[in-house]
Amino acid sequence: MSQNVLSVEQLNAVYRTELYGIKREVKVINDISLTLKRDEVFGIAGESGSGKTTLIKLLSGTHRAPLTVLGGKVSYDFEDRDACTDVLNCSRADLDSIRWKNLSYVMQGSMNVLNPVRKIHKSFIDFAYRHMDIPDKDDFREAVVTYLAKLRLPAEILNSYPHELSGGMRQRVIIALATICNPDVIVADEPTTALDVVVQRETLNLIREIQGQQKNTVLLITHDMAVHANIADRIGIMYAGRLVEEGKTRDIFYNPSHPYTQHLIGSLPRIGDSSHKEGLKGNPPNLASPPTGCPFHPRCPRAKKECSERNPAMEMIGDEHRVACYYHGAK
Amino acid sequence: MSQVQLSVKNAVKEYRLGGLISGTTFRAVNEVNFELYTGKPEVFSIIGESGSGKTTLSRMILRLIKNDGGTIELDGKDLNRIKGRKGEMDFMSRVQPIFQNPFETFNPLSRVDRYLLDTAQHFFPDDPDPEKRVEEALEAVGLSLEEIGKRYPHELSGGQLQRTSIARAIIPKPEILIADEPVSMIDASLRMSIVNLFSSLKERFDTSIIYITHDLATAYYVSDRIAIMHRGIFVEQGPARGILENPRHPYTKLLVRAALDPSPDAEDFDYKPSRFEGEEFTAKGCLFADRCEEAGNECFHVLPCEVELEDRIIRCLKYNIK
Repeated sequence: MSQNVLSVEQLNAVYRTELYGIKREVKVINDISLTLKRDEVFGIAGESGSGKTTLIKLLSGTHRAPLTVLGGKVSYDFEDRDACTDVLNCSRADLDSIRWKNLSYVMQGSMNVLNPVRKIHKSFIDFAYRHMDIPDKDDFREAVVTYLAKLRLPAEILNSYPHELSGGMRQRVIIALATICNPDVIVADEPTTALDVVVQRETLNLIREIQGQQKNTVLLITHDMAVHANIADRIGIMYAGRLVEEGKTRDIFYNPSHPYTQHLIGSLPRIGDSSHKEGLKGNPPNLASPPTGCPFHPRCPRAKKECSERNPAMEMIGDEHRVACYYHGAK
Repeated sequence: MSQVQLSVKNAVKEYRLGGLISGTTFRAVNEVNFELYTGKPEVFSIIGESGSGKTTLSRMILRLIKNDGGTIELDGKDLNRIKGRKGEMDFMSRVQPIFQNPFETFNPLSRVDRYLLDTAQHFFPDDPDPEKRVEEALEAVGLSLEEIGKRYPHELSGGQLQRTSIARAIIPKPEILIADEPVSMIDASLRMSIVNLFSSLKERFDTSIIYITHDLATAYYVSDRIAIMHRGIFVEQGPARGILENPRHPYTKLLVRAALDPSPDAEDFDYKPSRFEGEEFTAKGCLFADRCEEAGNECFHVLPCEVELEDRIIRCLKYNIK
């Protein structure tokens, strides 16, 4: 058993469509390599359309046409089973056996994830029953109640419908659903977007608390850098389908090296700081016709000729700190 | 001395829950008071959690729904007494909305310039050159007709679309802009440019902006005055810096403490979760009492009224009894 629970090697994927003989390809995932360690929270940041959600689809093996994998490998090393070396080409049955038990999700738009016409208790049966080895339904309910109590959720919610719960409560139920089987990897896609300040904080605390107890790996995806600052151990920054910088949270916040990361960190408004913050000039790139060379160069303040011609590769610049920029040293 | 432009006095909106016989009413907006002044444009932020009544309040000011109590006046004229096409046009040219999701506000089948030109022609039917007005408005938000004119909404980024909808809103040169969560759907890299735009509109056109949000950090950055809303009530209102740097109401204190500090060395936050939902609609007294650490017995029975306290107006029993 190695230290890494997930490793992604040179993943490339496109959305490929064909209509009346006209072919179109949109390259969404561009040469991404990364590894996730056991017992860590890895955050992925990036704007909409940068390929965050597509990346998760690939990592969980749930990709369908038009999303097509061009190359690369996604392999897991779970504690209680043989290493699953190639999720992208593994059989449906294998995926089903991994899902929820080893790899679970907290989905985006949590307000609408739960089935509105089934009580919460039924949702627990739908999601977790067959992964838990508790054949008796009463025992299963008992186990669910015990787990909920651990997360300080009252047992009576099991008899409620989703619409009877507040947004924060629903979010906690979804997190409980995703973690009840003690999975090795939890993928959380924008778990706190659209929640208000206090509930957001509660949710993050809950995720961190569970992660601390179960020692699993959390892959947290959000564009909100303040969330990453508070929960992630390491952060990867995505731009136009590429990973442009990766490092420990402290390195990313105190020593950002890619100009895009520098802008993200530099423009964060905070209470007590009234200095002027600039928005980034230009627009996010259109992935159907991406700019040549480095995809960030049209918006980059330090772009030189070279940047529009060749795309910089990831380069190690410190302890676990990688960046894809020719001029990462410049300020 | 600046004159009152928009005045909201004891505004109330009630909604019915449940059936005809067994139902109850609850107040989505409960006796809210605030004023904006002519000659003193400002960014007035309304901050609150979801369900606190921010959007209901903004819709009342826009005349999209009617208030059930109190008065909302624009230059001394009650909004409920505006009648006829002329009165409505006059109102619309003075108060304009900006909505949350720019991807949904545009008709996907028509080009963006159509939307802008229609607005210009609607407000100025006799103007021979509506394009000039559109160009002016776009210039104010940092765009041009050349750049976006011939495009369809799906070809523009969220930031460009939101700028375009701001440009549309400023074509009739309104005195008040109501922006309901204008940046929550915008990418982080473009968010600050939209927020900066509000300050520049305020200075350039003397437009007051009512900025509705749940994000404390951008509200602190851009606002002159803020109001904290909780379950239909303005619990605290006053100067933005003063309130967020030195909150007095227990709910504001909680919000400020819970706001994520974007730094890896932020402090931990400990908080007791709120009670099982569904009860608060019928609860009496201060609706924050069940979550309040400083609540006394009487908080559960008496609804506090507004008290002026130095630079701010606050609704909390702690400051009522003295």
